Amino acid sequence: MPTESVYAHVNLESNYRRRKILNAVMLSLTGLTVLVAVVPLVWITVYVVIKGGKYINWALFARLPAPMGAPGGGVLHAIEGTAVMVTLASVIAIPLALLGAFYLLARPNTSLAHGLRFSTDMLAGTPSIVIGLFGYAVIVVVQKHFSAFAGGIVLAIIMLPVVLRSAEEMLKLVPAEMREGALALGSPEWHAALKVVLPAAMEGIVTGVMLGIARAVGETAPLLFTALGNDNYEIGKIVRSGIRHHQSVGKILGQIFAQPADALPLTLWKYAQQPYQERVQQAWAVAFVLMLFALGINILARARLAYRRRKLYG
Amino acid sequence: MQPETAVVKVSAGAQPAAAEADTKMLINGVSVYYKAFRAIKEIDLPVYENRVTAFIGPSGCGKSTLLRSLNRMNDLIPGARLEGEVLLDGENIYAPGQDVVDIRRRVGMVFQRPNPFPMSVYDNVAFGLRLLGLRKKSVMDEIVERSLRAAALWEHVKDNLGQSGMALSGGQQQRLCIARAIAVEPEVILMDEPTSALDPVATLTIEDLIQTLKEKFTIVIVTHNMQQAARVSDFTAFLSMDDDRAGYLVEYGPTMELFTNPRKKLTEDYITGRFG
Ligand SMILES: Nc1ncnc2c1ncn2[C@@H]1O[C@H](COP(=O)(O)OP(=O)(O)OP(=O)(O)O)[C@@H](O)[C@H]1O
Ligand SMILES: [Mg+2]
Repeated sequence: MPTESVYAHVNLESNYRRRKILNAVMLSLTGLTVLVAVVPLVWITVYVVIKGGKYINWALFARLPAPMGAPGGGVLHAIEGTAVMVTLASVIAIPLALLGAFYLLARPNTSLAHGLRFSTDMLAGTPSIVIGLFGYAVIVVVQKHFSAFAGGIVLAIIMLPVVLRSAEEMLKLVPAEMREGALALGSPEWHAALKVVLPAAMEGIVTGVMLGIARAVGETAPLLFTALGNDNYEIGKIVRSGIRHHQSVGKILGQIFAQPADALPLTLWKYAQQPYQERVQQAWAVAFVLMLFALGINILARARLAYRRRKLYG
Repeated sequence: MQPETAVVKVSAGAQPAAAEADTKMLINGVSVYYKAFRAIKEIDLPVYENRVTAFIGPSGCGKSTLLRSLNRMNDLIPGARLEGEVLLDGENIYAPGQDVVDIRRRVGMVFQRPNPFPMSVYDNVAFGLRLLGLRKKSVMDEIVERSLRAAALWEHVKDNLGQSGMALSGGQQQRLCIARAIAVEPEVILMDEPTSALDPVATLTIEDLIQTLKEKFTIVIVTHNMQQAARVSDFTAFLSMDDDRAGYLVEYGPTMELFTNPRKKLTEDYITGRFG
């Protein structure tokens, strides 16, 4: 067998030169990508801050809407509606999503797992307005009224696949040896999942949850047929009237969910199309608030991650 | 205290301290930091050409860190930083303007856990060759075969070069990784505990392999196994951890001398198993 060196057959110098050129091209391309990603973000943020920032005032957060065309008033109804519906959605979707993700981790190849994966993927790809229509058909039509409850449910359906699949990915990243290490100590599967795998994957899961929440907060279309909108939605008012009528806590809570409600993106959408200048200005202010919220959630998620990492790895 | 000091035998196969060997690499006052933590400090060490140099020492003393500094693999770790210099044929591989890709081509590496790529045996070995720009199928076939033969794997895989590299046994996988490393004809091969995931028989085949490989290559090996260091290496560096947890060089010398007549008490304690 001939023992000729590979270097008799390749031109190392030209190969290296080509590699360096390719490297430079790729590096510039990635640099360009960064620009393409960053420029719109900065642009949108600056634009919204300039257009909306100046209409931010205390009343915006503290008052219900003023009558059409009248100056003043705020979007308290939308803030509270968003809070109520997103809370309901989170309470339903997050535990379900985590349980589902753990199931996929523990029994990745059962037909149930395949079905679950397939349906969450389909769900994630379903246009949110269709999910809203579904909520209208099975909740609003049946109950014969629009409600925060119906809005919360459709938001939960939208959150579920986002959180479930990201949690599954994060759990899969935990080395199998870690889980097996716990099982080998006699730890039952649920215990290993909860005490070893979940903490190891926590960082990523929390990020996924936050992204899910951000997604739910930003949804408009599915709320059109379910929460509808309600200029007079105010939790304080519902609670006060409940107390006045000596209602039970459960009854009052029920009232909070039973009424039609508004949400920030829904308000933004409605106000932006109205002929009154005050409303259009408030639409910009709401855009600003939504933007701040999205940024805030991201920063919070990241800060949490950094903190946990420091604690874990010194 | 200990009833007997199990002195490790040095095999006759290992070369004596060959004064005529050239210096292939020179570690010169090297300290490596991970962020603020100094993992190894001020290490001076030669690596002789066509010889096997072993790094031994207790866990965490910085053997892997030192080994990885020889082909700049520590560059990949964020926050890792090196002081001092590492010479390859008299040139500092950390000097500005050095091409790290070329350094890694010249100084190859075999890892602790076999890490074949998720592709066929053939493609695993051809991977580096294709990177070099080799196109000719006939030459490729020839070098793949030659490398697999040199890694003592050819007989096992010649009838099915298309099978996945990951379908091989652990020992075979490690030999595949060695074949992959030597296919691009590096000058130095670094091995970080290459047999720690293998059974005794597979370990012996790898050790034999190292003996034949050193005719063509310079080899640096990290091992936790004293017998292995004694069997395969010509020179041994013993590292230990200081009070500040930084690794430092306790003793370096021809393997035979270091094992039979250590100059430092610490070395003696370690190789006889009284510490570590
Ligand atoms: N990526 C890293 N980041 C931070 N510290 C590290 C990193 N890698 C290693 N260290 C630290 O550097 C020191 C030396 O580690 P190294 O892996 O080189 O030891 P070793 O001698 O190879 O140990 P072992 O025999 O267990 O493989 C240890 O204290 C370790 O905690
Ligand atoms: Mg190591």
